[in-house]
Amino acid sequence: MNATQFLTIFISAVFIYNVILSRFLGLCSFVAISRETKPAMAMSLSVMFVTTMSSIITWFIYRFLLIPFGLTYLRTISFILVIATFVQFVEMVIRRISPPLYRFFGIYLPLITVNCAVLGVAVLNVDMFFINGRAVPGSFYYSLFQGICVGLGYALAMLLMSGIRERLDLCDVPKAVKDFPLAFIIASIMSLSFLGFNGFKF
Amino acid sequence: MRRYLGDFLKGIIKENPTFVLVLGLCPTLAVSTSVINGIGMGIAATFVLLGSNVIISLIKNIIPDRIRIPCFIVVIATFVTITEMTMKAYSPVLDRALGIYVPLIVVNCIVLGRAEAYAQRQTVLNSLFDGLGMGVGFTLALILISGIREVLGAGKFLGYTLAQRFEPAFVLGMPSGALLVIGLLLGFFNVLKNRRE
Repeated sequence: MNATQFLTIFISAVFIYNVILSRFLGLCSFVAISRETKPAMAMSLSVMFVTTMSSIITWFIYRFLLIPFGLTYLRTISFILVIATFVQFVEMVIRRISPPLYRFFGIYLPLITVNCAVLGVAVLNVDMFFINGRAVPGSFYYSLFQGICVGLGYALAMLLMSGIRERLDLCDVPKAVKDFPLAFIIASIMSLSFLGFNGFKF
Repeated sequence: MRRYLGDFLKGIIKENPTFVLVLGLCPTLAVSTSVINGIGMGIAATFVLLGSNVIISLIKNIIPDRIRIPCFIVVIATFVTITEMTMKAYSPVLDRALGIYVPLIVVNCIVLGRAEAYAQRQTVLNSLFDGLGMGVGFTLALILISGIREVLGAGKFLGYTLAQRFEPAFVLGMPSGALLVIGLLLGFFNVLKNRRE
């Protein structure tokens, strides 16, 4: 475990393999919610929170439940159930303790249950930081950090996209590509510019 | 019989999951680099859709309404795990090519969407044909996208080189190419739709 490793995880999760623009996880929410900056911001923050928490939770489940009992094939079922339960729980807690925060986040939280990015991070962590059924040294910190970085990458793409789309409102776009098609074409150009980060090699 | 045929056919064109409902795009874009991967993903998703639609319509009366989503997810995840293990055992090459996108079929919006919108209200046979139609529609969309990307981006189709002199546009094989192809295709289908109206 050293600093270079963390730097590598940061650069690859945020820039090179950006969760939206290169891995295509969480694309549905990306095109649906990026019309304005404020909801995009709320969604990004919720995703960041959930990816971080789910990285922690799924690491513990995998390390202390699934591996010792030889149940690694139940990975998909157990992860999705725990994530769904966790999201539901957070929604209930927020509704109880802070109604303004609930109004800000509330409608986006249920959407996150079926956001591929969250389950994707959990599966990715397991694939990267468990080799032959054994945790690599420091895998907990790596998983946690990767969870945060994937959330950051999501937020970066989301904020860039919503900024562009807010400006597009003032433009005269052909009727056929209005909304979804244009969003994909813009995302394609953004992805092309993110390709430049591939030059980073460690 | 005609009703079942209608259930089957609507998934292919009128309610095509990719181009009309715009659902389940993550795997569509990620695995469409070659036609073989596209077909593999399509078959896997069709199997999951078929299985989950049938099971959910069978148990729809015993699922309490308030916790139906977790119940659906457990059923779907079971079928995804079956697919994952089968693929690992019989086609390791395909499994490596599709990577994390196989477990991610669980969160594919098409599967949960059909369970929620269709299978929990309809009979078993209707749901079966609906799942089959949606799966075939999804597979055809994948073949279309991956066909365009493989032919223009690598100059090949199903692994066979098409023309010797052709300079392929590599960008179409990359992530940005996938987004461009789906954007332009959606625009193209919009043009067709607008013209008909």
